[in-house]
Amino acid sequence: MKRASFLATALLGACAALAIAGPASAQDFAITNATVALGDGSDPIPGGTVVVRGGKVAAAGANVPAPAGVPVIDGTGKWVSPGLFATLTDLGLYDVDAVGQSRDISASRSPFSAALDVAPAINPLSQHIKVSRAGGVTRATVAPRSGNSIFSGQGAVIDLDADHAPVVKARAFQYVELGEAGGALAGGSRTAAYVQLKNALAEAADLAARGRNDDVLLNRPDAAALIPVVNGQQPLYVHVERSADILSVLALKQEYPRLDLIIAGASEGWMVAPQIAAARVPVIAVALNDLPAQFELLGTTQSNVGRMAKAGVKVAIGHFYGMNQPRYAPQQAGNLVALGKLPGASGLTWGQAFAAITSIPAEISGMGGRYGVLKQGAAGDVVIWDGDPLEISSAPLRVFIDGVEQPLDNHQTRLRDRYGTPAEGDLPKAYDW
Amino acid sequence: MKPIRYLPFLLGAAMLAACSSGGGGEVRSASSTRAGQGDAPYASTYRAYPGVPTALVGATVYDGAGGYILNGTVLFAEGKVVAVGNASLAIPAGYTRIDGSGKFVTPGVIDIHSHLGDYPTPSVDAHEDGNEMTNPATPEVWAEHSVWPQDPGFTRALANGGVTSLQILPGSANLMGGRSVTLKNVPGRTVQQMKFPGAPYSLKMACGENPKRVYGSLGRAPSTRMGNFAANRAKWFEAQEYARGDRKERDLGMETLAGVLDGDILVQNHCYRADEMALVLDMAKEVGYKVTAFHHAVESYKIADLLREADVCSAVWADWYGFKMEAYDGIPENAALIASAGACVIIHSDDENGIQRLNQEAAKAQADGRRMGIDIPDAQVIGWFTLNAAKAMGIDDVTGSLAAGKMADVVLWNGNPLSVYSRPEKVWIDGALLFDALDPKRRPVSDFELGQPGEGDVK
Repeated sequence: MKRASFLATALLGACAALAIAGPASAQDFAITNATVALGDGSDPIPGGTVVVRGGKVAAAGANVPAPAGVPVIDGTGKWVSPGLFATLTDLGLYDVDAVGQSRDISASRSPFSAALDVAPAINPLSQHIKVSRAGGVTRATVAPRSGNSIFSGQGAVIDLDADHAPVVKARAFQYVELGEAGGALAGGSRTAAYVQLKNALAEAADLAARGRNDDVLLNRPDAAALIPVVNGQQPLYVHVERSADILSVLALKQEYPRLDLIIAGASEGWMVAPQIAAARVPVIAVALNDLPAQFELLGTTQSNVGRMAKAGVKVAIGHFYGMNQPRYAPQQAGNLVALGKLPGASGLTWGQAFAAITSIPAEISGMGGRYGVLKQGAAGDVVIWDGDPLEISSAPLRVFIDGVEQPLDNHQTRLRDRYGTPAEGDLPKAYDW
Repeated sequence: MKPIRYLPFLLGAAMLAACSSGGGGEVRSASSTRAGQGDAPYASTYRAYPGVPTALVGATVYDGAGGYILNGTVLFAEGKVVAVGNASLAIPAGYTRIDGSGKFVTPGVIDIHSHLGDYPTPSVDAHEDGNEMTNPATPEVWAEHSVWPQDPGFTRALANGGVTSLQILPGSANLMGGRSVTLKNVPGRTVQQMKFPGAPYSLKMACGENPKRVYGSLGRAPSTRMGNFAANRAKWFEAQEYARGDRKERDLGMETLAGVLDGDILVQNHCYRADEMALVLDMAKEVGYKVTAFHHAVESYKIADLLREADVCSAVWADWYGFKMEAYDGIPENAALIASAGACVIIHSDDENGIQRLNQEAAKAQADGRRMGIDIPDAQVIGWFTLNAAKAMGIDDVTGSLAAGKMADVVLWNGNPLSVYSRPEKVWIDGALLFDALDPKRRPVSDFELGQPGEGDVK
């Protein structure tokens, strides 16, 4: 029976691969009688229906009839949710982290910084994209990591489908380091990081106003890249962790009211949560930080996200770089649900936790209502799970992006299939493919 | 990229030479390779803290050895497990009764691969004490001499992970990284107060990329995998010579290697690739020692049959992969495939965050196996982070499972430990209640965190 289910899995994968072998096209379908998680913060809906037509969600929820003529997938015993939105990742920017030749994550020897743009470097066939897709991740933001400047460059919003067009929105945000790392990059102190930031914004404004920037520290591409930041057209993601640094970043709004700020990190955010909420600045946090890995993290706790949410901060779970794989997002969200049972700890409800890895990061990325949510008009990014998506024993059975069913095979599944029994048969393992 | 401490390695320590018959009175017996023995240098001064006779009743009990009891009863007193049974087990007078209805009981969690104390937080340069990166073979160094007992990581491992024992290994920069130390996860003013009484030492060894990169980049040997093996073999042959001699001259490195050859010191070998593990097994055969466990071992699934035959454990993550070239073929089904072949599986952390969720990592690995048709019962999976780890650390005679006479290292979970929604509610070490999620004061706060933001907070 072991062999049978293994084969069934393999066949399912093969069918999925065939299904997209030709030009991928969106399928109309309805999933019925499943537990439906909308991703909007609400509780899961038992016996719900999701209808996808023309690549978009047509309807989702309880008491939704499956339209006549649309193929129906029986969701009995399954869960259905929007695809996960993994925010702040390095997806498509490397093959092997420690193999420099395969990395486009940072550019420490480049003369450019703010102008760096991840969009043309993203490899949609990266194994990390395939592995993440099999984990239910359908959309992500990709951010460059810092090189030799406080400005890391411009990130993108991507989809994880199996085609050659991953970029949904290029140059979706600028990323800047203003904490401990920012100080080091700017010359050895946070003081230098703030001068560098303010000078850069001034040079960008100068370039925008006069078509030139004199007395420059920034080269022209970097200054030009910061014009939309100064104008508030492009969000500025600021990485800080310490409570005092968070307040310093919020204070920038006094001087630069047009800045569209988003705080990345905020491990001590719970200590200044009312101020963050009042400033209406969203946060992308690491879910489970609880160690003083640096001095700027002394107050960190797993209750950080829960406490910020309770104070009214819009907070997403993110920072899926390297070994913190995007497919871990549900486990991390589930851990925040677990905190709700511990006296003195602050967690999230199931609905809040799931939203923190779906609709909330999508909203912070300017994609609210389009991704990370099952509501009419949203993209047909749908995942059918074999159980509660936040439970560690659960996994996606089928993944749709824009209504197109996606292949879930990758290097790992092929190795798994080859080594189901380790010993050789009549030929070496190399012939087993 | 992860610092090198994460790139699996481990190496064991040196053992003291057997020279008790020698003239120098200061020379220790070669048999003093068990860290807790009174005559050993830097001997354990660990003493169990007081506890009360306790009866855990009504919970689902996983004994760590593959058994489970619904509505079970666990009795412990005087630091030891007294009895484990079902609801009919009589509770002697004087026992404090704790209702475990709807909850779960397991042995204390054991991490065979940690660098807590040697790479403590905060992770500042001044705390980089886990790799003696000045020579590719440093069997003379002992991890315990680097352990900072005030590492806040110990407290998180206890409160969030239910970790009661752990092995601190030197890093993987070196082919032979030094001796490990096994600790009880009880805060101490000194490392000796944390040392697990009677635990054997291990030698940490490392295959592959790390040693050749670290030394090759300095223009030194080894710079290749073949260089790794040449350097290892030369060192082992030197150790054979030393061991055959009278061992009178003190040589800290040779004492460790001779201890391995004597079978007193275990070998914990960081190794990723299947082909390299197979070569190491042949090196062990050539030299005459036993590899106790391969650590990281992301390709164990490719040679699970060889590992079963060699009786070597694989200490693995659930699904780490791709961070370095030799980790490229890591797959989430690794643990299940190893277990399915009948070889020994241990879930390890090598990480100050991962150590807080070894139960969850085991559950993930179990589920990935189930999806390919390998069904491993929950009770067996609990053994992946309890008894199997204890076996490969040489402490399974005293801990790692819930059996009468063993140390009362016990976790009461507020739900199934194989679920993401569960956390340790109470943790006992040698029968002393050292963490209680329901009592804000029953949680350790390291010296470092006193007077700092978040002191004593839930973490």
